[in-house]
Amino acid sequence: MRLGLVCASALALLLSAGPSVADKSPVKIGVLNDQSGLYADLSGLGSVEAARMAIEDFGGKLFGAPIELVHADHKNRADLASTIAREWFDNSKVDAIADLTASSVALAVQELARERSKFAIHTSGATSRLTGDACSPTGVHWAYDTYALANGTARALVAEGQDTWFFLTADYAFGHSLEKDTGAMVEKMGGKVLGAVRHPLDNQDFSSYLMQAQASKSKMIGLANASSDTLNAIRQAKEFGLVSMGQRLAALLLFITDIHAVGLEAAQELVLTTGFYWDRDEKTRAWSERFNKRRGHMPTMIQAGTYSAILHFLKAVEAAGTKEPKAVMEKMRAMRVDDFFGNGGYLREDGRMVHDMYLVRVKKPGQSKGPWDYFEVIRTIPGDEAFRPMKDGGCKYVKN
Amino acid sequence: MAEREAYALRSEVSGWEARQGAERGRLIFAAIAVLALICAPFAVYPVFLMKVLCFALFACAFNLLLGYGGLLSFGHAAYYGTAAYIAAHTIKVWGLSPELGLLAGTLASALLGLVVGWLSIRRAGIYFAMITLAFAQMIYFFALQAPFTKGEDGIQAVPRGYLFGVIDLRPDLTLYYLILAIFLFGFYVVYRTIHSPFGLVLKAIRENEPRAISLGYRTERFKLATFVVSAALAGLAGAATVLVFQLASLTYVHWQTSGEVVIMTLLGGMGTILGPFVGAIVVVTLQTHLAAFGAWLNIILGAIFLACVLLFREGIVGIAQKRLKKLL
Repeated sequence: MRLGLVCASALALLLSAGPSVADKSPVKIGVLNDQSGLYADLSGLGSVEAARMAIEDFGGKLFGAPIELVHADHKNRADLASTIAREWFDNSKVDAIADLTASSVALAVQELARERSKFAIHTSGATSRLTGDACSPTGVHWAYDTYALANGTARALVAEGQDTWFFLTADYAFGHSLEKDTGAMVEKMGGKVLGAVRHPLDNQDFSSYLMQAQASKSKMIGLANASSDTLNAIRQAKEFGLVSMGQRLAALLLFITDIHAVGLEAAQELVLTTGFYWDRDEKTRAWSERFNKRRGHMPTMIQAGTYSAILHFLKAVEAAGTKEPKAVMEKMRAMRVDDFFGNGGYLREDGRMVHDMYLVRVKKPGQSKGPWDYFEVIRTIPGDEAFRPMKDGGCKYVKN
Repeated sequence: MAEREAYALRSEVSGWEARQGAERGRLIFAAIAVLALICAPFAVYPVFLMKVLCFALFACAFNLLLGYGGLLSFGHAAYYGTAAYIAAHTIKVWGLSPELGLLAGTLASALLGLVVGWLSIRRAGIYFAMITLAFAQMIYFFALQAPFTKGEDGIQAVPRGYLFGVIDLRPDLTLYYLILAIFLFGFYVVYRTIHSPFGLVLKAIRENEPRAISLGYRTERFKLATFVVSAALAGLAGAATVLVFQLASLTYVHWQTSGEVVIMTLLGGMGTILGPFVGAIVVVTLQTHLAAFGAWLNIILGAIFLACVLLFREGIVGIAQKRLKKLL
């Protein structure tokens, strides 16, 4: 009888002790992104290299075992990304998946990670839904989002006196939401939206749209589109002489690699918001030079963000002494992001990493001292002003 | 005279025996294959297997049209994707149960197939391919624009739900057996269609349409019926994919998906019953397990496809069948 009691209480003790035992198994990180398509330059293998650098800088080991890194190309296909992410989480013991280009992929992996209490580290998905209705207690959104881009660019320019806007919008959800967010900010600041024209995705000929933009006589033309569409619009606006006749272009989503592709001649005077510029201070230059040596180009905000996010994640796991999601997330929120990217930024409860954003102007060919010397930072946008306030996001588990 | 009769009888009997033997061999093979599929999830990751099965069904549906009907549709992603979107929307927003969602998706694709098929079978060859491609592009842009598809975000977090209200489909293993059942059903439909008088007429039309017309067959009806069956099964595959991945995205209606199913079918063996299945295994395996190679994967796939087209045009299964026959 007594033996039974002892056994039972020992068993109870064992069971209750179960969940609180720290999970100190080896840490494994996956980088899942587009490595062969549209976004291969701005994330791709560059992000993988950035992740590798983060692991090296952290020391390469955690809980006495080497930190493993795997990577895969999802070709911007949500079904392929979902297969790989599920296999990584379920079979390969991957703890965190980072990068996640393309919003369909980002949202899909966010769901998978939430269900399994694993970490989703978004550094390339632009959609602000990731910290809004699709937020997750184990999902973090690191580098930028559509709200910050629209908000930063519109606010600064209207304040500067560029108060009439016309939009060139890619005719799908991403373009519409950029146009809506930017337009709302323009009007809130006292500016006026004179009109908008929608163009199909992957458009080659912007002439008729640019004529309409010209005819609107707006001071600003907002490009609510991305990648090749933005580049084509910029090139053709240059040919039409829109800029030389006094209208200015604002790109709402553009990366430094895009500027490199299109050239300063066409892109000069363009205004855009970015989460990172390599030539901003001593620390960013030091890291970016290292990256440049390994990859042969300067990092985009996605690649720098991937480094920063993974390093912060590893530090948080170390500080928590366990991989238990709740404890790690608590540490991630408690610790400041004190590296060249975060600059003392912090992680909000809804998963948003709040850090300074930069409003930049693309230099004229004469001002640039060499390759990659493209931006002039015209304004540092404080994080709390740049990102959407938490109460407006609609993240379900956040109590307001 | 009597000798000749006896000979004829003997050969008839042996022919019958051979057919019986082949039939028995086929049954044994089918039983082994099904058994292997039932055991497979214990050895291989079930989600991966489900993806293979969904694509295999899609390719089988496509093969029915191309391999047996001789009609090259270049826009089969339209049926696959339409069903996926309809299933995802009805399950997530309307709250339908999974089986009704599957049914709704399949019906929508069949209906779309009826309309597109009715218009496109009036032409043959490259014109037919172009018309189907044009319709597929229309569907793509519709999916890009329509509010219910959520544009490039896709319909996300579709619940797997409970089959018939009782069987919880959330565990991967349970869902695997549902997907396997769907695949076997689709495969059986294709098999029965091919091995029926209908299928024989279809082959006749493929080989020589004017002669089939001269024999009194209304060939356009046969072609349309095949088109609709193919579209419906492609739709079934698409709707099943939604249950597996819990999402419907633009990839499903993109022309690349149409191209991929052509590659699967040709690689595995056009006009063979098992070809599309083998082709789907090869392509999906390469895609998933060589994903770390990035852009190299496209080159590898391209090289394999080129080798297949240049060296063994009958595809993997086609060449295997030939070799086996030589051995026997």
